[in-house]
Amino acid sequence: MDTKKLLHTLLAGAVAGTLCSQALAANEDPIKVGVMLPFSGIYAALGDAGRNGLKMALKEHAQALHGRQIEFIEMDTEARPERAPEIASSLLDQHHANFIIGPVHSGVAMGMIKVLKDKDTVMIIPNAGAAAATGPLCAPNIFRTSFSSWQPSYPMGKVALDNAYKRVVTMSWNYGMGRESLDAFRESFTAGGGEIVKEILVPFPKTEFQSYLSEIGSINPDAVFVFFAGGGAVKFVKDYDALGLKGKIPLLGSGFLTEGTLEAQGPSAEGVRTTLHYADGLDNEVNNKFRQDYEQMFGKPADIYAVQGYDAGLLIANAVDQLGGDISDQAALIKAMEGAHLFSPRGEITFSRAHNPVQNIYLRQVENGQNKVIDVPAAALEDPARGCKL
Amino acid sequence: MTTSLFFVQLINGLQYGLLLFLIASGLTLVFGVMGILNLAHGSMYMVGAYLAWYFVQQTGSFTLSAIISAVIALAIGIVVERLLIQRLYRRNHLDQVLLTIGMIFVFNALQSILWGDDPLGVQVPEAMSAAIPLTDVVEYPVYRIFVALVCVAIAAVMYFMINRTRLGMLIRAGESNREMVECLGIDISRLYTIVFAIGVMLATVAGVIAAPMSSIVPGMGEHVLIACFVVVVIGGMGSIKGAFIGALLVGLVDTFASVLMPQLSSMMIYILMAFILLIKPQGLFSS
Repeated sequence: MDTKKLLHTLLAGAVAGTLCSQALAANEDPIKVGVMLPFSGIYAALGDAGRNGLKMALKEHAQALHGRQIEFIEMDTEARPERAPEIASSLLDQHHANFIIGPVHSGVAMGMIKVLKDKDTVMIIPNAGAAAATGPLCAPNIFRTSFSSWQPSYPMGKVALDNAYKRVVTMSWNYGMGRESLDAFRESFTAGGGEIVKEILVPFPKTEFQSYLSEIGSINPDAVFVFFAGGGAVKFVKDYDALGLKGKIPLLGSGFLTEGTLEAQGPSAEGVRTTLHYADGLDNEVNNKFRQDYEQMFGKPADIYAVQGYDAGLLIANAVDQLGGDISDQAALIKAMEGAHLFSPRGEITFSRAHNPVQNIYLRQVENGQNKVIDVPAAALEDPARGCKL
Repeated sequence: MTTSLFFVQLINGLQYGLLLFLIASGLTLVFGVMGILNLAHGSMYMVGAYLAWYFVQQTGSFTLSAIISAVIALAIGIVVERLLIQRLYRRNHLDQVLLTIGMIFVFNALQSILWGDDPLGVQVPEAMSAAIPLTDVVEYPVYRIFVALVCVAIAAVMYFMINRTRLGMLIRAGESNREMVECLGIDISRLYTIVFAIGVMLATVAGVIAAPMSSIVPGMGEHVLIACFVVVVIGGMGSIKGAFIGALLVGLVDTFASVLMPQLSSMMIYILMAFILLIKPQGLFSS
């Protein structure tokens, strides 16, 4: 290389360097991430896990942020829907958050969407499964890294038929997530020739299940499919065992029935089969590392809520990386997020046109206090996104 | 409904009712004797369940855990009465409500700090893990029968204590005329401390024995509190006998409504309450 050419290259490099640092200067502000999760009340544990996962992902992938810092603004929703619009407005108007992560509770999600739909921020839902969020209320700036209520339950209809269960009783709390889960099961189960002999809807949040279980015993169906979560799931599984139904009538459920509850349920949960987009024992490299690091950082095992929060963080990091750190153009940001291909602890996920994850659904069975994957009844399952016009 | 299913549901209803009585009895006792409306009563039920869990983890014995929890409950009762409740005897109910609501927040926060927010569970003690078959499919766990018997026994002890012992006599006297009891040289404030501590212990013991058949979760106290108030209002504020009858009524109505009228089941106990108040505005056995 002759001297002239070398000089040229050096000059070009210097110019490029200056340009680069100018571009960086415009992007020196931290990326503001509003966190709207329940840190008190009945869903506090879920909110805490989601936040842990989110922070862990952004810390792990700090390099992908092209030097930009993250500023978290945390707000406690207390899982109270009536507070949601006010908190969302404050994150949007006062704090000018670039991203708003939340919530856990579907009612809160509705309140947030009302405020944030088509606004200059990106909302990422790390749990709430309400069909509407990526259905009739879907919007370019609303993403979800968890699931739609339809996704975990729909594949179980096929599983039930494969096991030659023809007459099934379904049961849940009488609220959105519960009814949507039972409907999704019914959709695939009856399409394949199964019969729902009875649908029991229990007033939320009642946990006196004894009378309903006695009735199920008198019907004696081939199997029972339920949606319950958290404390209600613990009580249901224990009652199902205590009243002698376990071992006589197989218990199937949406995966939340045995998620974060196994220790409390104890031996009563053994053998329960559920479908979900994740399982603790999922054997892949990302999940193994994720679970190990999570336990080290937070002193307790990771759960599904931590995974969903973690993936919200991955989605942010992935998009920021694609755009080289400059997220000032919202249209470009949304496009980058739509094209994201994430290596989640639950397996690879992409996003549907309605911004809901396209993901595997696993059939799990409780063995020795763990949800063991026994099959993948639906690979890369996409929510039908009924009513979404994106 | 077949006869056997009716029979099973009857047992379900009675058992639920008896547990409700155990929780509500302390609430109505404290109100009847001291005129204190303790909204934090449900919190003590929650504390009982968490203590049961904690001491089963530590000692491995459910019986031991129940005894330790009852003793701690008495201590909590004495401290709370001496430090807080005592200041409110001459104030109106609104002040009492304010204080005891505050206590709910304190207990909930302590629960979250001490034991976290994950749902917890206690296993049924080994000796009582058997079940009695009722129909081809449905069994009835021995532990639940034991719980029902414990509730009946506690009701009997309370009845005996109030009607046949010196303490019971003082309680009845204090209920009807506080000043006269004081004039007779009885230390009424000590009596109040004892009654309040017993009330707290009853709720805590209910939480302990309910622990193996329920899920131990934040906020569990508030749910039972509402059912308790329905029981106490139906039975007549302050009446133990009323609480017993009211609890059985609520238990049975709730159980049968769940099966026969699922759509209306969440309001049936309130409809029952409204109906009884129409006929007896002070409740069934108001003093």
